[in-house]
Amino acid sequence: MNVPDIKKYLRSEVMPTPFCKGCGHGILMHAVLIAIDELGMEFDNMLFVSGIGCAAWIPSPHFAADTLHTTHGRPIPFATGAKMFNPELDVVVISGDGDLVSIGGNHLIHAARRNIDITVIMANNKVYGMTGGQLASTTPHACITSTTPEGNPEREFDTCRLALGCGAGCVARYSVAEPVKLRRAIRNALRYKGFSYVEALTICPTQFGRMNKMPTPFQMIEQLREVCVPGTREQVMAGDVPEGKVYVGEFS
Amino acid sequence: MNAKRDETKQEKRMMAGNAACVEGALAAGCNFYGGYPITPSSEIMNLMARRLPATGGVFAQMEDEIASIAAVIGAAWAGAKAMTATSGPGLALMLENIGYARATETPCVVVDVQRCGPSTGQATRPAQGDVMQVRFGASGDCEAIALAPWSVQEMYEMTVRAFNLAERYRTPVFLVTDELVSHLHELVDLSAETAVLKRPETRGLPPFGDSATNAPTPMPRFGTGERLLVTGSSHDEWGYRKTTDPTVQRKLVERITSRIAGDRNEIAEVEEINTEDAEIVLVSFGFSARSAYAAMRPAREAGMKVGLARLKALWPFPREAIRRLGDGADRLIVVEMNLGMVRREVERVASCAVSGVHKNTGEPISPREILRVIS
Ligand SMILES: Cc1ncc(C[n+]2csc(CCOP(=O)(O)OP(=O)(O)O)c2C)c(N)n1
Ligand code: SF4
Ligand SMILES: [Mg+2]
Repeated sequence: MNVPDIKKYLRSEVMPTPFCKGCGHGILMHAVLIAIDELGMEFDNMLFVSGIGCAAWIPSPHFAADTLHTTHGRPIPFATGAKMFNPELDVVVISGDGDLVSIGGNHLIHAARRNIDITVIMANNKVYGMTGGQLASTTPHACITSTTPEGNPEREFDTCRLALGCGAGCVARYSVAEPVKLRRAIRNALRYKGFSYVEALTICPTQFGRMNKMPTPFQMIEQLREVCVPGTREQVMAGDVPEGKVYVGEFS
Repeated sequence: MNAKRDETKQEKRMMAGNAACVEGALAAGCNFYGGYPITPSSEIMNLMARRLPATGGVFAQMEDEIASIAAVIGAAWAGAKAMTATSGPGLALMLENIGYARATETPCVVVDVQRCGPSTGQATRPAQGDVMQVRFGASGDCEAIALAPWSVQEMYEMTVRAFNLAERYRTPVFLVTDELVSHLHELVDLSAETAVLKRPETRGLPPFGDSATNAPTPMPRFGTGERLLVTGSSHDEWGYRKTTDPTVQRKLVERITSRIAGDRNEIAEVEEINTEDAEIVLVSFGFSARSAYAAMRPAREAGMKVGLARLKALWPFPREAIRRLGDGADRLIVVEMNLGMVRREVERVASCAVSGVHKNTGEPISPREILRVIS
């Protein structure tokens, strides 16, 4: 296999990344850069916008392009302003589930509704990794977190269903356990004219795995393989996901 | 600087303060507006929605004030001269990102049309209760620039100045007005000389200031191959995040504060009227300064030596001017539609007695109320 050289997209002086051993964010970072390389996009014309959290560090400071590392939950409106003022820029938001869906959910739904021509890549590790593993709006029911020691009494968001419900025309979800499909979904999202959304299911062994009987990255990847089942747009929209499973696929 | 006098706009026109603000923004080269409606600022947004696209600019109505200022900052980094307008409650939502704009040296203009608080308060009534919110609302150490117009003409001129100061110091600049000045209708001369600062196109300079002099470097923009690293985390002059380095942190705060504090006297203009012989000096700003001005004449006619110091900027606070006035007068009386925000600053620097005429009932202060305190 011909492996593309992604070093040229990275600021070598800031490597290695600050991510914990076994963190899934590195796999997603790799997938994004390969997708960009495969599409032959002009990196100097790309703007990567992120919020606050471990996932927000995927582009900033690692990517050797323009990066805007913003405030917690707000990367989408920052990206919207930049894109509206200069539509020539290829604007990509990469941030976490806590950032984009919990505190920043309002901006996500409005960007989808507005159909602003940006790509949002959401790294869903189902928890607030950076602040010590607290409950997020994406934490599955019954999971243990620092703030739900008895298990999460609430239900989680299906963020793809949310994006589709807001009218997003390009929505996909894959896990880092299926990097080839994830890459293809990112490629299609980057190519799409209009609002595109990719949910990347990923792993936080440090804050989520340890508390939920999956202390090793390997166990977490295995669990992702187990729970992900292929689904269609209709199935996601209907919300009839089988107990303990999550639909993956390109839903549009 | 590109000084121009627009011959087509020679006649004086009757317009409202908020409309003059829009004209000033356009004259200053504003080409992005991001906002969310709130009384008594909404006319600015409504007018921008029509005027900006017609002049090649971009208008964005966002989902809330947090998104509005975020879009403004994003647009500024994409090359825009950007602004937003709001009122106290909306400003409260913007403050985290205003702190971000300060830390990232992002030029932009934020108009705050003050209404009567706290909270939703009296939405259609005037007040001057955001004096401290604009100064201390965001987290961390900073210096704020806040201009305070008292007339429709100044709504025009100070909006231009706000844009120029934002460019010069690479920082968000507030235009702090109030419901009365914003809704006042007066004759405005739009042909007034407007010198507009242009953003130079430079390459390869550190994006975040010269740490030897603390002077700002020219504002770069996305999409030019500069590979900009912009972050609100503590960073060095190239934008590299260094969040545990005391020297980097000290230098960052020094950079963004010293350049404003160092030019305090130049930024913080004070208009003095009849202060040379004054025993009593009224200190005021915005609409309240008009009441103070109106009270001054009958007081003088009654033989009292009363003067007026009108603060054209609230921040940085004109310490030296107030100190000097306090040394020469018996009494400084601060006139403001709040319970003593500017008075607190005046008390900190004046050597003479300081009192105030304060009102926060959603009504302007009347000249008679001031006269009662003077005599
Ligand atoms: C306004 C604000 N509130 C709270 C925080 C603290 N905070 C930092 S990161 C974070 C959660 C990030 O979670 P997520 O986006 O899922 O990223 P992860 O670390 O899991 O990759 C929080 C709550 C903050 N920085 N700013
Ligand atoms: S805390 Fe979790 S998300 Fe953050 S770097 Fe470590 S493993 Fe990754
Ligand atoms: Mg997370």
